[in-house]
Amino acid sequence: MTAAIEVENLRCEFRVHTGLMSAEKRVVAVDDVTFSVPAGSVLGIVGESGCGKSTLARLILGLLKPTAGTVLVDGKRLFDLDRKARARLIQPVFQDPFASLNPRRRIKDIVALPLAAQGTFSRGEIERRVGGILERVGLSAAMGERMPAQLSGGQRQRAAIARALVLEPRIVICDEPTSALDVSVQAQILNLLADLRRDLGLTYLFISHNLAVVEHVASEVAVMYLGRFVERNETDALFRKPRHPYTQALLESVLTPEPGKGVPDIGLGDAMPDPSNIPPGCRFNPRCRIAVERCRHEAPKPVVRAPRGMVECHLA
Amino acid sequence: MSALLDVEELQVTFGRTAAVRGASFRVERGETHCLVGESGCGKSVTALAVMSLLARGGQRSAKRMRFAGTDLTSLSDREMARLRGNRMAMIFQEPMTSLNPAFTIGSQMAEVMTRHKGGSRAAALDRAAELMGRVGITAPGMRLGQFPHQLSGGLRQRVMIAMALMCDPELLIADEPTTALDVTVQAQILRLLANLKRELGLSILLITHDLGIVARVADHVSVMYAGEVVERAPTAELFRAPQHPYTRGLLSCVPVPGRVQRDRPLGSIPGVVPAIGPGFAGCAFRSRCAHADETCARAIPRRQAGDAHDYLCRLEPDWAELQPA
Repeated sequence: MTAAIEVENLRCEFRVHTGLMSAEKRVVAVDDVTFSVPAGSVLGIVGESGCGKSTLARLILGLLKPTAGTVLVDGKRLFDLDRKARARLIQPVFQDPFASLNPRRRIKDIVALPLAAQGTFSRGEIERRVGGILERVGLSAAMGERMPAQLSGGQRQRAAIARALVLEPRIVICDEPTSALDVSVQAQILNLLADLRRDLGLTYLFISHNLAVVEHVASEVAVMYLGRFVERNETDALFRKPRHPYTQALLESVLTPEPGKGVPDIGLGDAMPDPSNIPPGCRFNPRCRIAVERCRHEAPKPVVRAPRGMVECHLA
Repeated sequence: MSALLDVEELQVTFGRTAAVRGASFRVERGETHCLVGESGCGKSVTALAVMSLLARGGQRSAKRMRFAGTDLTSLSDREMARLRGNRMAMIFQEPMTSLNPAFTIGSQMAEVMTRHKGGSRAAALDRAAELMGRVGITAPGMRLGQFPHQLSGGLRQRVMIAMALMCDPELLIADEPTTALDVTVQAQILRLLANLKRELGLSILLITHDLGIVARVADHVSVMYAGEVVERAPTAELFRAPQHPYTRGLLSCVPVPGRVQRDRPLGSIPGVVPAIGPGFAGCAFRSRCAHADETCARAIPRRQAGDAHDYLCRLEPDWAELQPA
């Protein structure tokens, strides 16, 4: 079985100018990341803002060119494919359904656009497919006639999902798909995404800062810190026995609705990670509770644990 | 002793839209009271109405709105301005938009003090530095000279909290203070608020949509839906025995690691919040409620489910045991 997504030694750098006179800075957003996602599974990616998770999504979608490394989607090199073929294979769903839908078009035209752009579908075929997918995501035909501003946040996200699925791609990249939504609507969208995956055999890359959500949807979870995967494991194993101190801190900071437990002291300090200034040695060492001398000058190598697990820490 | 903030039957309208429809709640001294609800339920408007900060066109009326014995509805704008930032302070979700980008942190913090309490700018800056240390900002001297854009999101929110504390307020209103922050920073800020409450005897009215936050920091909770407080309870009781169908639905929507079965659908509330026009009567949740019947279109009683626990529903307190949701 080929993997749906295969990423090898992927690296992405940006050059930024911070001021008129200051020297150019190099920001390494994704730093030598290797992983694969088996077809039909869900890889969740978690991490704080600025850790490179959205950059990774853009690299896999082919919206950004990597500085080094390769991305294989469904066994094909992404950059060998033309845009139309890429669109049939992999599609995104983004965080803010308002920003990602054209405010001047009707919902059914927005959803039809990927089909029309292929140039191979008849008008009748487009209409049939759009009607089918709108119904599948729970939007009525009347909704299709409306403009995005006339829809609620949850309905807009349903429309964005319909647009992503109308070409019947195999892989969907969900970048914080429920972060802008209320909890009751979030639950509806998560349930919809789960149904669609099961019925259509989709593979998801699911990016979120909400660990409880990732735990609910993902079969495997990768924890990203300053551009690298510091731990990866099957979801149950990762939540039951987190090995990396950063994963442990992230899990502790999840506020489950359990009264009386108080707010946890996660002891990460307030040295926020800066991707333009990655510390030597282990990149997590300035915030690490258990760092020893070795962590300050020697970067840890990834250690394989269990069949699919990986952790990057001297002490784990 | 009477409550620090006592709001009874608050109504806020914007033209023909009723944003708050008879919300009642009390914030006791030294406690954290959470207003929880989804977007559009009127929780932020409620806080703004208490602070007299409603946008133009907003009309507020209340049967009672007392802060530390003072009737807020009778205050002039000038008297209200004297209270605001002084005895009652407020922090917002996005600290970048509530700080002035053109002034240093120090001058913005000092202004709060000199304006309300007088005194020299130097004394105000000393106080600012002391409070910045208090809220866990290292090297306060350097930070005072910096501009808001030079700080991270977590630091900015700490600055906002320090600024709110400048005049020793009795009540701190925090509107989604951690929503724009990472989970790790969120935990730090919430811990800070809990410590300040304990050490300074501060009362906090915390507005949030996150039931996890409510469970961890609140003493009392008011659940809002469509402009009404549909359920009020002590925190532990609300989570143990929620009564209103909306509260129960909301709780079932939250994925909890280790407790909610994976690969099983989450609970969800069907439909959307209805538009509430003039003359709307009955329960606003009835169009989404599995237990609604024709009586729900009439006036709904407020029922007692415990000492400090009441809710707005036709169902008797024990309906939850009779009908598993």
